[in-house]
Amino acid sequence: MKSLAELKAIKEKMQGQVGLREGSEDGTRVVVGMATCGIAAGARPVLKVLADFVQEKGLANITVTQTGCIGLCQYEPIVEVYEPGKEKVTYIKVDADKAKTIAEQHLARGQAVQEYTVSNSELAK
Amino acid sequence: MMQELSLNVLDVAQNSIKAGAKLTEIGVTVSTTDDTLAIVIKDDGCGMDGETLDRVTDPFYTTRTTRKVGLGVGFFKFAAELTGGSFNITSAQGSGTEVTAVFGLSSIDRMPLGDMNGTIETLAMFNQQTDFLYTYEVDGEGFSLDTREFKAELDGVPLDSPDAAAFFREFLEENTAEVNKGRAF
Repeated sequence: MKSLAELKAIKEKMQGQVGLREGSEDGTRVVVGMATCGIAAGARPVLKVLADFVQEKGLANITVTQTGCIGLCQYEPIVEVYEPGKEKVTYIKVDADKAKTIAEQHLARGQAVQEYTVSNSELAK
Repeated sequence: MMQELSLNVLDVAQNSIKAGAKLTEIGVTVSTTDDTLAIVIKDDGCGMDGETLDRVTDPFYTTRTTRKVGLGVGFFKFAAELTGGSFNITSAQGSGTEVTAVFGLSSIDRMPLGDMNGTIETLAMFNQQTDFLYTYEVDGEGFSLDTREFKAELDGVPLDSPDAAAFFREFLEENTAEVNKGRAF
């Protein structure tokens, strides 16, 4: 059985590092719908891909959170990206692969992936 | 319908979080001798009154305003009853809610348990204001994960900081593998 003793070493290592990640007020918020509709459509891996990416790349100004149903159940899994001073971007029918592309292009480089957004009429059919 | 029982757990446990639970206990107990797989989700949240409790498995009842249907608890109940199992929910205002679903383990209509560790990880990482006690048991042998113990050891270092999150995942995966002994449920 794995024991919790290893956590002590992790704590000591992490406490020594400067700038532990804290959700900043003026940062970018990434929100994944995790109500029944979102979960049934496959939101769990999407949330994981996005959160892991932000952690791995150390993107301190981005927080990934979950929300309930926003009323567009037929388009789930839905990912919303709120960047300060910009219009909200809503991605629909996201899967793990699309989430990876969104993370690499939008979260890391600031370029929204237009083909996955709700304004793309092909996807919204 | 959900594709895995673990997704039902993730969904139903959201209700515990919304109920303001401080501690949510999630138990998965497999018994090959009784041919059952039991899932219990128990919280110390705000609970429900009798009228709400009566309607909670009704798909056309929801407390939400963004849509008119609420399928989560109903899905879970249906999934259990489909396998010749049972479903029970008890609740008292102010003291919490307990949901118990028992599945026929070998029933062909039973969904696989699926990525239960992924569900526990998602719940714990994204709801750090709530604590979770997860127990997993197969034929009397099992392990538990208590986020209160993790947080006490980490002493202020967030549970989702990379090393802590990686350890959390390894803890679940290694202990689950040790209990499963190559079996999958």
